[in-house]
Amino acid sequence: MTPEELQEQAEKRRAEQKDTPHQIRVCVAAGCISTQSDQVKEALVKGLSPELQKTCQVNGVGCMGLCKEGPLVSVDDTLYKAVSAADAPELINSLSQTPVQRLLCDSKAPFFSRQKKIVLENSGKINPEVIEDYIAADGYVALHKALAEMTPLQVNEQVTISGLRGRGGAGFPTGLKWSTVAKGAAGQKYVICNADEGDPGAFMDRSVLESDPHRVLEGMAIAGYAVGANQGYIYIRAEYPLAIQRLKLAIRQAERLELLGKNIFGTTFSFHVELRIGAGAFVCGEETALIASIEGKRGTPRPRPPFPAESGLWGRPTLINNVETFANIAPILRNGGSWFAGIGTEKSKGTKVFALAGKITNTGLIEIPMGITLREIIFDIGGGIPDGRKFKAVQTGGPSGGCIPEQYLDMPIDYESLAKAGSIMGSGGMIVMDDTSCMVDVAKFFMEFCMTESCGKCVPCRVGTVQLHGLLCRITDGTATMDDLSQLEELCDMVRSTSLCGLGQTAPNPVVSTLRYFKEEYLAHIQEKRCLAGVCKITVPHAAGVSR
Amino acid sequence: MSPLSTLTPRVKTLKINGLDVSASEGEKILDVARQNGIQIPTLCQLDGLTSVGACRLCLVEVKGTPKLLPACVTSVEEGMEVTTTSERLVKYRQMILELLFSERNHICSVCVSNGHCDLQGMAQAHGMTHVRFPYLYPQQGVDASHRRYVMDHNRCILCARCVRVCDEIEGAHTWDIQGRGGDAFVITDFNQPWGESQTCTSCGKCVQVCPTGALSEKGKSVAEMTKKREFVPYLTLMREEL
Ligand SMILES: Cc1cc2nc3c(=O)[nH]c(=O)nc-3n(C[C@H](O)[C@H](O)[C@H](O)COP(=O)(O)O)c2cc1C
Ligand code: SF4
Ligand code: SF4
Ligand code: FES
Repeated sequence: MTPEELQEQAEKRRAEQKDTPHQIRVCVAAGCISTQSDQVKEALVKGLSPELQKTCQVNGVGCMGLCKEGPLVSVDDTLYKAVSAADAPELINSLSQTPVQRLLCDSKAPFFSRQKKIVLENSGKINPEVIEDYIAADGYVALHKALAEMTPLQVNEQVTISGLRGRGGAGFPTGLKWSTVAKGAAGQKYVICNADEGDPGAFMDRSVLESDPHRVLEGMAIAGYAVGANQGYIYIRAEYPLAIQRLKLAIRQAERLELLGKNIFGTTFSFHVELRIGAGAFVCGEETALIASIEGKRGTPRPRPPFPAESGLWGRPTLINNVETFANIAPILRNGGSWFAGIGTEKSKGTKVFALAGKITNTGLIEIPMGITLREIIFDIGGGIPDGRKFKAVQTGGPSGGCIPEQYLDMPIDYESLAKAGSIMGSGGMIVMDDTSCMVDVAKFFMEFCMTESCGKCVPCRVGTVQLHGLLCRITDGTATMDDLSQLEELCDMVRSTSLCGLGQTAPNPVVSTLRYFKEEYLAHIQEKRCLAGVCKITVPHAAGVSR
Repeated sequence: MSPLSTLTPRVKTLKINGLDVSASEGEKILDVARQNGIQIPTLCQLDGLTSVGACRLCLVEVKGTPKLLPACVTSVEEGMEVTTTSERLVKYRQMILELLFSERNHICSVCVSNGHCDLQGMAQAHGMTHVRFPYLYPQQGVDASHRRYVMDHNRCILCARCVRVCDEIEGAHTWDIQGRGGDAFVITDFNQPWGESQTCTSCGKCVQVCPTGALSEKGKSVAEMTKKREFVPYLTLMREEL
């Protein structure tokens, strides 16, 4: 495809959209599909009279964010929530009349207006299964710009200037990683997109892939050009069938239009993308385990160094980035690195996608500029705590993260502040807890996850997590002593300091952070045989004040 | 880089426990320490097999790095300052050993390898007198289907020495590891009885490298099972020279 043809495609699609004055968009990402949005879409398509078919288009689109209220449907500029197939006739009628009051969803509400969408800019707007939709939204313009106007070095420069940091958890500077791979040994190199997303409750990456798969492919191709790789792999878990299906379709479409494959835009640059389906083990998100898994081996980590940038897939220099990281690349190249660097805080640039869950009014997917406070996220965007209950803590960073208590609500969200508060940005899970949550129980939940997900290769993580979980069980069932508490603290320190990979090294974090802010809850279980939140069933005969 | 510098390995100088030592580029901290009479405890490492850094006993402190590094896989660097024993390291090593003893059934008094076991020796060397953690003792089987050898999963510490020797030296790849976390265990072929293995050549290398009584020869009773590990470096050396 030539750039002129790309332009043509874009204009043709835009004209098509202009010609049909009415657009009905139904969210067909996994969240809304689970509430039968596919049936809503079908009913809408069937409900259009032949007359209306000429002026109105019904499209499946990606996630609109407010997953809790799904299925979400937008009719031109009006947003509707909790729509069912039976509502279809009314919605169709509203095309010429007043909106359906009963289903209205306020799209001016802070949930929508306080967000800033870069990664999700097309999400909920374009049809993820139609490449022309992506092209009409300036898709593949950045790839063309890179290939036609920039050297690989210049691409790396823009990514470095942007200040983008990896969105997969650790927040490593993306530009630095890219230039390291670019400078790696000459010859075959690889680009890997980490779409394993193993954190419990996280669905940011899945949503991006289901809503806008081409943006990830475009980011990968640009990365391939920048580091000198002609082959990319997307490692995605088998539990994401819809994302897999849409990725497969997107790869085929892009290959057909020669936006992927051989001699892209008639240049000497070729880039192929293949999917690798993972069986779904948390540890396979760890980069060396992921690489072993792609190589067909048992997915266990190996000590680093050597880092994948130096010796990765089949011993070759390999760039491995997260889905959201790649999704940021096209807009950075389109608008320039300094545009991106103008958003966010000094050390954390751009936006971050979070999955809001737990005891919060608006559960769903949000994208916010770095630097806004937890209070803004939870109370403005998230709509606060339901049922008039009191906020207690927010858990960020999944099993590698920690709980942040009320006193930090006005803390700006960035990598450094979260770390200072004893948690991490992680991949973007955010679980809000109210006063009905027992923090020891929360710590136990995450420890159980790490215990069952440990690969078993190294001793501290394999056995340490089991012993830690056992200690937490004793505390929550009221049989622990003060000795157990000190053993818990000692073991946390040891597992964290001696484990081979990030899983074991961070597994104690939820315990450490709850001990830091909610020690009184641990003490109440042990000394008073009482769960302050009333969650744990303590069966030992009540013996207040007894502890050895 | 001049042609000469690519041919001659570069020499590095570093400090281990305050002692000035030299090493060639690419050498591991563990080997350099041993050459200089400094012992670092190891379990999963065995000369002649690739190192995997799994048991974590060989962790050392390196000045300027907050992380502890496994000496068996960490290459030396110019100017490195390594500490192999510190209060912190000693404590962690003891805990690692305690965790291993808590994980499966290591009752030495009834073990064929009593007195000849690396795990037992390590516990003695580290002054481990008791285990503070609850014993987990999962029900693991004993596979006595092989004509000459026995596998007792209850004594296995998952060091994967058998897996590596069978793959890297014998070339049979009979052993592997199945399951994850606390449920991981070694298997022969596709988790079949050892005696029915199509790949096992009965060479016994795995038995000889196993650090505990998990793999033993049939007919040996308590305290009789001694192991010969020296053959591994000898074999690797001979192969390299071919
Ligand atoms: C146990 C474990 C699980 C991980 N899971 C993921 C994951 O699901 N997705 C991801 O992108 N990164 C995951 N990571 C981080 C990756 O190893 C790696 O740092 C990341 O993919 C690099 O991409 P980035 O620089 O774009 O963040 C995980 C790390 C660990 C230790
Ligand atoms: S820390 Fe845990 S997950 Fe990582 S290598 Fe060790 S056993 Fe495996
Ligand atoms: S059987 Fe022996 S050599 Fe094999 S993993 Fe177990 S302890 Fe190690
Ligand atoms: S000998 Fe280094 S980790 Fe086991």
